[in-house]
Amino acid sequence: MTASFVLLSLLIISSAIVAMTLRNLVHCALALSLTFAGLAGVYLELNAQFIGFAQILIYIGAVAILVVFAILLTRGSESPTQQVFSTSWVWGVAVALAVFGVIASVIFSSRLISGQALQATQPSVRQIGDALMTRFVLPLQVLGLLLTAALIGGVIIALKDKPDAEITEAAQTTSQGFSRPETK
Amino acid sequence: MTSLQAYLLLSALLFAVGLAGALTRRNAIIVLIGIELMLNAANLNFIAFWRYSPNPETSTGLVFVLFSLGVAAAEAAVGLGLIIAVYRHYRTTSVDQVDTLKG
Repeated sequence: MTASFVLLSLLIISSAIVAMTLRNLVHCALALSLTFAGLAGVYLELNAQFIGFAQILIYIGAVAILVVFAILLTRGSESPTQQVFSTSWVWGVAVALAVFGVIASVIFSSRLISGQALQATQPSVRQIGDALMTRFVLPLQVLGLLLTAALIGGVIIALKDKPDAEITEAAQTTSQGFSRPETK
Repeated sequence: MTSLQAYLLLSALLFAVGLAGALTRRNAIIVLIGIELMLNAANLNFIAFWRYSPNPETSTGLVFVLFSLGVAAAEAAVGLGLIIAVYRHYRTTSVDQVDTLKG
């Protein structure tokens, strides 16, 4: 274990815990991007340069910004007046601890994980591109289709209902039997 | 402790933190952030196993992580779209208050 790995893992775990516990959601999103940056550093340490930079581009550049947009669009930046944790939070933490215990015991008892010497290989972007264009070309196309469908679907789901008179009238007449009760 | 074990332990810890957040927080956006953390833990496992595998020149683990990044981006887009739609309907993002289906 090198010093950089210890520092990076401390950064990752502490910022992940901060992201899960803070009250202000914007601060949570900032801590989340710190976690992603630490993970990118670990990828660089593992000789996966391309994945490290793709992590920075996709997670910090896209996913964290998307999370910030969602927080601001839903007025989550206002500090919540009520409790941020659910009432059964003890069970959630217990389940997470149990999962960690099982995984850690498996890691320590496994005979497959041996301390073999590192081969200092460093795949170039050309090799990754070759693999993507020859052996993995079909999964790549499927992924492109999935991304297209997901982005169109996300836009349609989040699209605001048009204040079209006919549509709203039709919706009101058909959905009166299913309308949500205002008071409980 | 070998180095691979250290990476796997870091990944397991990150997964546990994400799981605890997804199970305990009320806000749906934070639940989604916890799921993202769990996905990242899985990615770290892929990279670590690829690095310590007998033949890392095939770069299968790297390509798998690339696909995983794409799927995670799609998941984030659709999930946040759903959260915005739910917010527009219920005026809240708390998963405890979206309970119309509760008996």
